[in-house]
Amino acid sequence: MSYVKPSFRHPDLPHNRIGLTEASYEGAISTLCAGCGHDSISAAIVRACWELDLPPHRVAKLSGIGCSSKSPTYFLNQAHGFNTVHGRMPSVATGANVANRDLVYFGVSGDGDSASIGMGQFAHVVRRNLNMVYVIENNGCYGLTKGQESATQDRGSKTRKGSANPFASIDLVGVALQLGATFVGRSFSGDKNQLVPLIKAAIKHKGFALLDVVSPCVTFNNHEGSTKSYDYTRDHIETGVIMDFVPMKDEIRTSYEPGETVEVTLHDGSAIHLHKADSSYDATDRQAAINAVQSHKEDGKLLTGLIYIDPDSEDFHEMMGTSDTPLNQLSKRELSPTAETLARINQSFC
Amino acid sequence: MHSHAVPRQVQSKLKATDISNPEYFHKVVDCQYACPAHTPVPEYIRLIAQGRYSDAYMINWESNVFPGVLGRTCDRPCEPACRRGRVEEEPVAICRLKRVAADYKDDVRARMPEIPSKKNGKKIALIGAGPASLTVARDLMPLGYEIDLYDENARAGGFMRSQIPSFRLPEKVLEEECNYILDMGVTRHFEYRVDSLKSLLEKDYDAVFVGSGAPRGRDIDIPGRQECDANIHIGIDWLASVAFEHIDSIGKKVVVLGGGNTAMDCCRTARRLGGEEVTISVRSTFDDMKASPWEKEDAMREGIPFECDTVPVEFLHKDGKLTGVKLERVESVYDDQGKRSLKNTGETFIVECDDVICALGQMGAFPWIERDIGIQFNKWDMAEVDRTTFQSSNERVFFGGDAAWGPTNIITAVAHGHQAAISIDLFCHEKLLVDERPAPGTRLRSTKMGIHEWSYDSEVTSDLRFAVPHLDNNVALADRKAEVELGFDEQLAYKEAERCLNCDVQTVFVESKCIECDACMDICPTDCINFTDNDEEIDLREKLIVPAREKTQDLYVSEDLKTGRIMAKDENVCLHCGLCAERCPTGAWDMQKYMYSVTKAGRAGEAA
Repeated sequence: MSYVKPSFRHPDLPHNRIGLTEASYEGAISTLCAGCGHDSISAAIVRACWELDLPPHRVAKLSGIGCSSKSPTYFLNQAHGFNTVHGRMPSVATGANVANRDLVYFGVSGDGDSASIGMGQFAHVVRRNLNMVYVIENNGCYGLTKGQESATQDRGSKTRKGSANPFASIDLVGVALQLGATFVGRSFSGDKNQLVPLIKAAIKHKGFALLDVVSPCVTFNNHEGSTKSYDYTRDHIETGVIMDFVPMKDEIRTSYEPGETVEVTLHDGSAIHLHKADSSYDATDRQAAINAVQSHKEDGKLLTGLIYIDPDSEDFHEMMGTSDTPLNQLSKRELSPTAETLARINQSFC
Repeated sequence: MHSHAVPRQVQSKLKATDISNPEYFHKVVDCQYACPAHTPVPEYIRLIAQGRYSDAYMINWESNVFPGVLGRTCDRPCEPACRRGRVEEEPVAICRLKRVAADYKDDVRARMPEIPSKKNGKKIALIGAGPASLTVARDLMPLGYEIDLYDENARAGGFMRSQIPSFRLPEKVLEEECNYILDMGVTRHFEYRVDSLKSLLEKDYDAVFVGSGAPRGRDIDIPGRQECDANIHIGIDWLASVAFEHIDSIGKKVVVLGGGNTAMDCCRTARRLGGEEVTISVRSTFDDMKASPWEKEDAMREGIPFECDTVPVEFLHKDGKLTGVKLERVESVYDDQGKRSLKNTGETFIVECDDVICALGQMGAFPWIERDIGIQFNKWDMAEVDRTTFQSSNERVFFGGDAAWGPTNIITAVAHGHQAAISIDLFCHEKLLVDERPAPGTRLRSTKMGIHEWSYDSEVTSDLRFAVPHLDNNVALADRKAEVELGFDEQLAYKEAERCLNCDVQTVFVESKCIECDACMDICPTDCINFTDNDEEIDLREKLIVPAREKTQDLYVSEDLKTGRIMAKDENVCLHCGLCAERCPTGAWDMQKYMYSVTKAGRAGEAA
């Protein structure tokens, strides 16, 4: 078994605007099972960060516990990283983000980490609209402990031994919409064409961006009867809107029929182009998004793509009125009142 | 009349690759494919890494007959082809690893093929005892043929003996490898000059092989040539005279005309025989010189200046003695096809010298072949020889080596010898030389040992090419026979062997097992593997993760997968690291060792 990836890369690898090839965005070689969807998501993150010209050291990757939460090791070696306590990644992310609002925060969690032990933390980080990308690598099972069904496993989905799941599932997309999330997307690890632009838009979105990514567990949940296998997902996937991410610097070229494409401008001037696969779908209408997610579920379909975006999103720092300068860069001079200020304050009580 | 628009040729999507075609995977093993004799390079390099030098030697010996000689002198077409050179700076030192096998092997005489005491009743004459003829003998002796080997010299080796100086090829190495063949019981007719092919054909030979080389060096006809004859030497003749110790000195100032490997050998030999100021004059640019880059380097290392872009116009002399060469500067001009012509500039200058050596190429010469014995000659005074069968228009006469199509190199002569031997064997058994020619042997076998374990060392080292240690310049220049290259020691050999990417261990893909999880595509260090929609080849090549613009390298394309996409792999910079197969959950990828073996006389190709 190989523990080290060869150091050679394709000699013609393209460079991005900050002069880096994708190799600068890679991580260690994965120790997850061969064929794990999580590795594809890591590869999509690598591609998205490279395409966005992000300096890798300006990214912080945070995770909890589980197969999903191991995966930050496998991308962005140069980034900051924090592998936190089970289900507590949102608290650590909040603290980090409060201290330094200038980094790109990338949370990676799983269905166990977010929908069971971390459900409470998840709910509150959504409410706070913390500026971060929150990826759920959703495989419907506990892969690290031999594949027991998790809280996101669909009712009726069968385990490898053949028993059907008797419980209702938690749909984190639905939950996030209800809780006021400002960016909600769903995708599939086996569809990078959809996943990469979604990740890019999520990074550029100001506020909390949830990406629920179905990521089949090849070892424990990729059999017939499972609703999170590669085959089942491919057969039941539906896309509401096909999305392009257009960075601010790029000339905008639309190759779609006019009237079918809606442009959503993000806070930094970059844009998302939404090409409607279903002309009745409006990704900026929260109520419609909730209904669409629900009705697809009832039809046994999985709605993917950009499900909801609030382009006017106000993030945690704006809500709290914190300083534009990251708190960790404020010096004693700015933080401690002078003797005169203190005197003035004391005076006000006289 | 209005003109008709030429209808755009409708091209179809790329068809799935047929990996059962023996040439497909053969081509992936770049070194083996580029080698005229198709020596299985990665196989013997692995054996060297394992310290199995004798086994490595025998694999070489089967294929190229002179591993010790070639490990020092080969033109190495394998090295420019080596994949490593496309991935990093330099190819694996294949040639020098071959020498390692020869240097460190045990006594291999017991492993030589058995020669039947009962002969098959067929008798063959070989003319010239160079690499081509010796190869024919090597292939036919074990089949029971009786062989008469003719050469005008006292010893076997031909060009290898007469024209390669011993500071590059020690005599005992050549002797050993010639003897493996002569000791099979070849009847030697040495110091015997064949001066009539007609009379030879009148003897009882079933076939005659002409492997007499291209022995005449080209002369030059410019003013002063006659007057200075005593100090103007023909390169290969001069080298031969040095080898035979007829010549042991040269003037202090020497000009060598020509830019090929023979010119390099001449100037370096001149340095060793008293030449203090040795200059090369070559009409091409430095980059276009025919000499191999390493031979140029070796010459430069010995302080030999190159006067590129010059042609000799006159030999200057005083009192009947050569005093210098007048050279004219020329300019290389290239036409649309990249064909070079020389433009005179009129600017001349004089290089003083005591001797001139002309290394301007060689010419074939067959004054001893009568023109009325059914052998057709072409306008270059060379026999018409079939490129596949090596047969001439006289069905009993076969050609090979430099005698066939002019000067090439040892490894090509060996490859010719193998093919000619096959033809001679077929001919003697009244079989068809083309239609009944046996196919190459191939074998594809999994290297899987466990879940993520392979029977080859799949790890890719990042080491750059290791240099072969050289003898100190002062020592080397003082002794013409001292071998300059010292060869790798065992440790260096191991490290250099580990640089080999094992290109013969193929990535074999099975569509029906693929679940399109992208794991292989994600892990591939060099982004070779793609899952994409099929297209015409030209478009498909462009839309891969990294566009596949090296057209000489094939795309490995699968049948349609479940989602309608295909797997398309650009073979160009695949490291054969096995990670695709290790990260595949279903075994859709497997690492399988491909052995391709060229047919030998008397038996179809056998894959070990």
